[in-house]
Amino acid sequence: MARTDSTRYTFLFAAAVCVACALLVSVAAVGLREKQETNARLYRQKNVLLAAGLVKPGQDLSDRELLEIFDKNIRIRLVDLKTGELLPQGKIDEKNFDQRRARNDPQSSRAAPTNDAQIQRLPNYAAVYLVMPKGDAVEQVVLPVEGVAMWGTAYGFIALDRDGNTVRGLTFYDQKETPGLGGEISNPKWQAHWHGRKVFDAQWQPKLTVVKGGAASPEQDPHRVDALSGATITSNGVARMMAFWFSDDGFGRYLKRFRAGATS
Amino acid sequence: MSAVTETLFGKPQRDAFVTPIITNNPIGVQVLGICSALAVTTRVDKAVVMGIGVTLVTAFANLAVSLVRNHTPSSIRIIVQLAIIASLVIVVDQFLKAYLFELSLELSVFVGLIITNCIVMGRAEGYAMQNPPWLSFLDGIGNGLGYALVLLLVALTRELLGAGKILGMPVLTLQTEGGWYVPNGLMLIAPSGLFLIALLVWLLRVVKPELQEKD
Repeated sequence: MARTDSTRYTFLFAAAVCVACALLVSVAAVGLREKQETNARLYRQKNVLLAAGLVKPGQDLSDRELLEIFDKNIRIRLVDLKTGELLPQGKIDEKNFDQRRARNDPQSSRAAPTNDAQIQRLPNYAAVYLVMPKGDAVEQVVLPVEGVAMWGTAYGFIALDRDGNTVRGLTFYDQKETPGLGGEISNPKWQAHWHGRKVFDAQWQPKLTVVKGGAASPEQDPHRVDALSGATITSNGVARMMAFWFSDDGFGRYLKRFRAGATS
Repeated sequence: MSAVTETLFGKPQRDAFVTPIITNNPIGVQVLGICSALAVTTRVDKAVVMGIGVTLVTAFANLAVSLVRNHTPSSIRIIVQLAIIASLVIVVDQFLKAYLFELSLELSVFVGLIITNCIVMGRAEGYAMQNPPWLSFLDGIGNGLGYALVLLLVALTRELLGAGKILGMPVLTLQTEGGWYVPNGLMLIAPSGLFLIALLVWLLRVVKPELQEKD
């Protein structure tokens, strides 16, 4: 077996192992991609329902039941982020609209204005989820939010009441924060603190933020949420994310129209 | 025919498969893979998935390492083992994302850590490098099951005492829900796993005195 110790053989063997392993991994990744994407989309839809309070955390639902609730209660619409206007229904297929893909495609996005949330690009159109459980009356609107926290971009949904101001729920469905510390942004117990807070102050400036040292009840302390202990950078990331998405660069213009009653 | 079954499931094969489950348990006796055993034993469902994952990875890593053992240059054998193990772990992670999506969100950190799980490396280097493929494969399954068994025992205790549930089903009614049981919060954090595993190691050594070292 002297042959296996030669430098040439060692390099060839290493190369062969790499090729074999790479092949195995890529076959698995490509073969399962479609199923994973379906799962990811379903999980996003579940989180829209969680934010709107139509599904409770820990509730056990089959994929079919979940889709049924979604289709019955939610109407997806696209918003032109520059003007805040809703796009006519059906102009772009809302159901298959992938906001992350749209943001990454130079054709359907633009460079974001300088911001603290470290958002580099903005899609021209963003999806909003109108909650209409009883046919035509809009009861809530669920907005997608994203921003850089500590280890990466956190993606979530925030639900606002018909007044376009009161938070009805918040979820994060994709985040890379430290489990047990920043990762607690996915914990329904912390998310429950957001319920009932107000996004805007009396002058309609975005005011919702995260603070250290405790926040009182939503009635006494409408604009502040208690930060996560041991996760300052994550908490700050969430605060900046909210500041950005409720400003006029984010959904600010749309929410102005929403409050004025422009829902369709 | 009997000659074939003899070689496929003879005494050495049975030994390779059975001894790691109790007598040479990877956690209880070899004291390998403790780190992940502390992390994933707060709930039974996590422990089961992790146990299956490690069993599959150990079995197939052992098989692959054993298949190429006579061709592997000894200077790069560790990195070859690592490459094989890492690839298998990624495959397991991909399958979890495709078939158990929500569990994978909580588990994927730990699944990634199977790569560094001492059991997999330990069996590949300590067993599969010296033994033929079929024996190594059985040894991998045996060690994986031994690991899964301990995980399951610890997780059952922790979920029952920490949350009053088994597999998410309420068993002891909590005081907060009108019952009598006050959950033991210690059971939900990592130190309790260490205590429970230590108790298991102790128990194993009392039952099998031959495991005790002469000092």
